[in-house]
Amino acid sequence: MKPRLAVFKFASCDGCQLQVLNAGEQLLALAGAADIAYFPEASSRARPGPYDIALVEGSITTAADAERIVRVRADSRLLVTIGACATAGGIQALRNWSDVEEYKRAVYPHPEWVAALATSTPIAAHVRVDYELWGCPIDVGQLLTVLRALLAGVPPGLPAHSVCLDCKRRGLTCVVVAQGAPCLGPVTRTGCGAICPGLQRGCYGCFGPSDAPNLEAFTGLLAQQGLTRDEALRRLRGINGYAPAFRKAGDAMANESGE
Amino acid sequence: MTARSRTIEVKTLARVEGEGSLHLTVERGEVTDLRLEIFEPPRFFEAFLRGRDASEVPDLTARICGICPVAYQMSAVHALERAFGVEVDPRVRALRRLYYCGEWIESHALHVHLLAAPDFLGCASVVELAAKDRAAVERGMRLKKAGDAIIRLLGGRSVHPVGACIGGFTRVPRPAELHVLRDTLAPAGDDALATLRWVGGFELPQRHGEIEFVALRHPDEYPMNEGRLTSTGGLNAPQEAFDSHVEERQVPHSTSLHATLDGRGPYCVGPLARLNLNVDRLPPEVATVASSCGVAWPNANTATSIIARAIEIVYAIHEALRLIDTYEPPVRAAAPVTPRASRGSAITEAPRGILYQAYETDAAGRIQNARIVPPTSQNLAQIEAELRVLAPTLLALPRAEATRQCEALIRSYDPCISCATHFLRLEVEER
Repeated sequence: MKPRLAVFKFASCDGCQLQVLNAGEQLLALAGAADIAYFPEASSRARPGPYDIALVEGSITTAADAERIVRVRADSRLLVTIGACATAGGIQALRNWSDVEEYKRAVYPHPEWVAALATSTPIAAHVRVDYELWGCPIDVGQLLTVLRALLAGVPPGLPAHSVCLDCKRRGLTCVVVAQGAPCLGPVTRTGCGAICPGLQRGCYGCFGPSDAPNLEAFTGLLAQQGLTRDEALRRLRGINGYAPAFRKAGDAMANESGE
Repeated sequence: MTARSRTIEVKTLARVEGEGSLHLTVERGEVTDLRLEIFEPPRFFEAFLRGRDASEVPDLTARICGICPVAYQMSAVHALERAFGVEVDPRVRALRRLYYCGEWIESHALHVHLLAAPDFLGCASVVELAAKDRAAVERGMRLKKAGDAIIRLLGGRSVHPVGACIGGFTRVPRPAELHVLRDTLAPAGDDALATLRWVGGFELPQRHGEIEFVALRHPDEYPMNEGRLTSTGGLNAPQEAFDSHVEERQVPHSTSLHATLDGRGPYCVGPLARLNLNVDRLPPEVATVASSCGVAWPNANTATSIIARAIEIVYAIHEALRLIDTYEPPVRAAAPVTPRASRGSAITEAPRGILYQAYETDAAGRIQNARIVPPTSQNLAQIEAELRVLAPTLLALPRAEATRQCEALIRSYDPCISCATHFLRLEVEER
């Protein structure tokens, strides 16, 4: 019997699911090797679990979703998070440093009708996760690498070095050196192909922290470049601001400035 | 429940971007309850944008929607350029139009082939459709890739591209890069025509109602980044007046903010609205194609939206090729930007219709207030209105068919539920 694949969505923009669809022909080939049993964005035929592999997009931001992810986990042999929201809480985790009740009042005339938890948290804060794919959005190549490995029954291995290394491999001029641009490349995980420096701008960290990032040295570099503490803090508290390494560095910076 | 009364629930609304469900109760031919429920939890973009630097806004608002990030970037940069009084080089303006063509092509190709076509061909998904008509699916994917290639050249990747900034782009392509892109795009023109013939052959439901269509209108172009706010009901106003014409209300017992126009009621935005209001702005070659597909424009049958989308794919490829052929690299990739305490708003034509954004900034260029009105939240009241008309005719149908018809109606609007920053989960039920 073919392995059964499912795709679930929580709080997110659908971009990572779109990358699944963007896998295109490879996805159709995958449909030969796996049975896509549940993927509401792509199919109106939903079949119940159990599933062999669940791809989970999005973060947990409501009480109902906190219950739903437990059921997804129970139904799935392997659970893989796809993207910054599912892996680190996403951009919507910026609320974690604010008051969600104030957010509700700011956006909605009737905040009392809006159901939302005080925090946006990654899937791993709620259930066991077997593999995490980083990126906002995820990279199609990384997704296929992981799916093929899991379907073949081998542990997937993805590199976790920093974007800097990719930049050097592409022979790009360093935007920090040449333009004095603040760039998260030294502490951000590989996966995008160094597209920001390739377009002559600094990286903003959408693949999350690299393996063992030296954030102490990095925040020192931002200060040397003349960024105020507030500007540097906003760099860290972005798409992946709630990822542990960025969160720790950002919180330390905020504490120093007495925020 | 009597034989004349029943409830239809579409538990998970499939093949839309985002997740929602429909709850509909019909009693004695009367719709007594109709709810398009949205599972999408609020993400509070307008709240967390406050305090961020204006330069960060294009990267952040892109994250509202993975399907149409370019639209969110474009409305954001135009609004902030108005706030800061930035003049954009006409050659940069042309590149932005090219960028937007890319998004229309990829988003429409995705919707037409992968999400909507299965409705008309009796399939549950694109995987089933591929088993039946692999050539059509492959054509759709080629078209999508052609659109993606444009976005990738200007923005590095197709989902959440990174090249757009206030004032222009962070980097502009060399002419040679556009020549390579041209080679990718040129064959897509034939694919687009084949897709238009394909959807022109679909048997479309006949839905007729009084619908007010709203779109931008530009003096000489088919609208994308600029134009006045116009409607088939006689609205003709500058973009800045959006707020005084559109009212958004949060309604109890409903799942979304409901948008109404000038107190008249719901309205429809998107490809059909654009075509209905701008068919005379199509270049002659595309106008000929549009008039030979068996549908007269303007028309109020929202089922023809899929044909409008296919026509816009043809147009966007035609326009992209024109822009490539007339390309002159701008001297500067981006105009200089001097932040100031100000406010600015802009509407651009996202693939799904007009997208309004307005910002207030402080002297340092930090966002004080943000407002974002996506196309899907503008369409929602109109979708519900059409469902109310459809509902009585569903009584005699088997449940599966009734469900299918409701789903297909909703999908003809290509609702992008993740985009709809204002969609709510139903919390208040009892009256």
